Amino acid sequence: MTELSKQDALVQYTAQIADNGLIIGHRMSEWCFRAPAIEMEMALMNCALDMIGQARELYSYAAKTQGEGKTEDDFAYLRDERDFRNALLTEIPNGDWGDTIVRLFFMSAYNELFFKALATSTDAELAAIGTKSLKEVTYHLRFSSEWLIRLGDGTEESHTRVQKSIDDLWIFTGELFTMTDAENMLLTDGISVDVTTLKTPWDQKISEVLTRATLTVPTNDWAQLGSKSEGLHTEHFGYIITEMQYLQRRYPGCEW
Amino acid sequence: MTDKANQQEWPLWEVFIRSKAGLDHKHCGSVHASDSEMAMEAARDVYTRRSEGVSIWVVPSNVITASKPEDKESLFEPADDKIYRHPTFYDIPKGAGKM
Repeated sequence: MTELSKQDALVQYTAQIADNGLIIGHRMSEWCFRAPAIEMEMALMNCALDMIGQARELYSYAAKTQGEGKTEDDFAYLRDERDFRNALLTEIPNGDWGDTIVRLFFMSAYNELFFKALATSTDAELAAIGTKSLKEVTYHLRFSSEWLIRLGDGTEESHTRVQKSIDDLWIFTGELFTMTDAENMLLTDGISVDVTTLKTPWDQKISEVLTRATLTVPTNDWAQLGSKSEGLHTEHFGYIITEMQYLQRRYPGCEW
Repeated sequence: MTDKANQQEWPLWEVFIRSKAGLDHKHCGSVHASDSEMAMEAARDVYTRRSEGVSIWVVPSNVITASKPEDKESLFEPADDKIYRHPTFYDIPKGAGKM
């Protein structure tokens, strides 16, 4: 393995946090004009814009750290599939309303812990982004928790379906708590977050909300890995960047 | 959950927002939601995304008692010819400044 410079590690780390926001934000934006009610559509679009906004700040910082004159757009629109290191959970298709709520709930519960920890990073820029993002994520977590409680404790059909969403998405949650080489390297300087320590409080939060929702926490420990460490995605990912990058690929440098 | 949650349409809620500069909550629209907490979330998402407010009230629309349009004449028109109820007949001394 080639030696990772501290600068490269910081670029990778920052871009990887941004990838989570961009990809789940893009997924949620796919609900635009398709949500069951306008109130839910506005809520999801607000969340999506928060996440894409977080991604933009992080990509800009990654580009600045890299020092090659690139911008946030180079990261979002001109990288290939293997370069994206988002957690697999963020790229899973929207499915039904319950699938989308569960994915948002799992991710927001993680992000709340993550950004709170990132706010204490020794890297001032990352700490500032962590502080700002935390306010947004706190709302995402409340919104998705309230919905989960109503779906779980709602009708027999909503209960059965949202339990299936939880069971189906569960195998993608373990990846969130794995460490990359870049994360391990930056940990010694207090720049990165030790995400392995977030697993216990995350489990507690999940258990607390699922209990209120009369739902069952899966006991399966097996985790699907690949994207965060190596950029190995699910079969769904190619379609996301095909749509997202189409315009920049077809008309390079295009602005509107 | 109550039976209401199983109904096709969620109940309607009237939304009142107090702006940063305002002292009172003003009616700004309505949302559909299954209960008061969800109505609050929806009101936040629909009506405060451009920093319009610092406080939200949501009220079930069906608890509002409204005047009937056909009662308009008896309720409001008697006041029309009582212009003396407006304080327009007083000369305000210059020293008093703006009232």
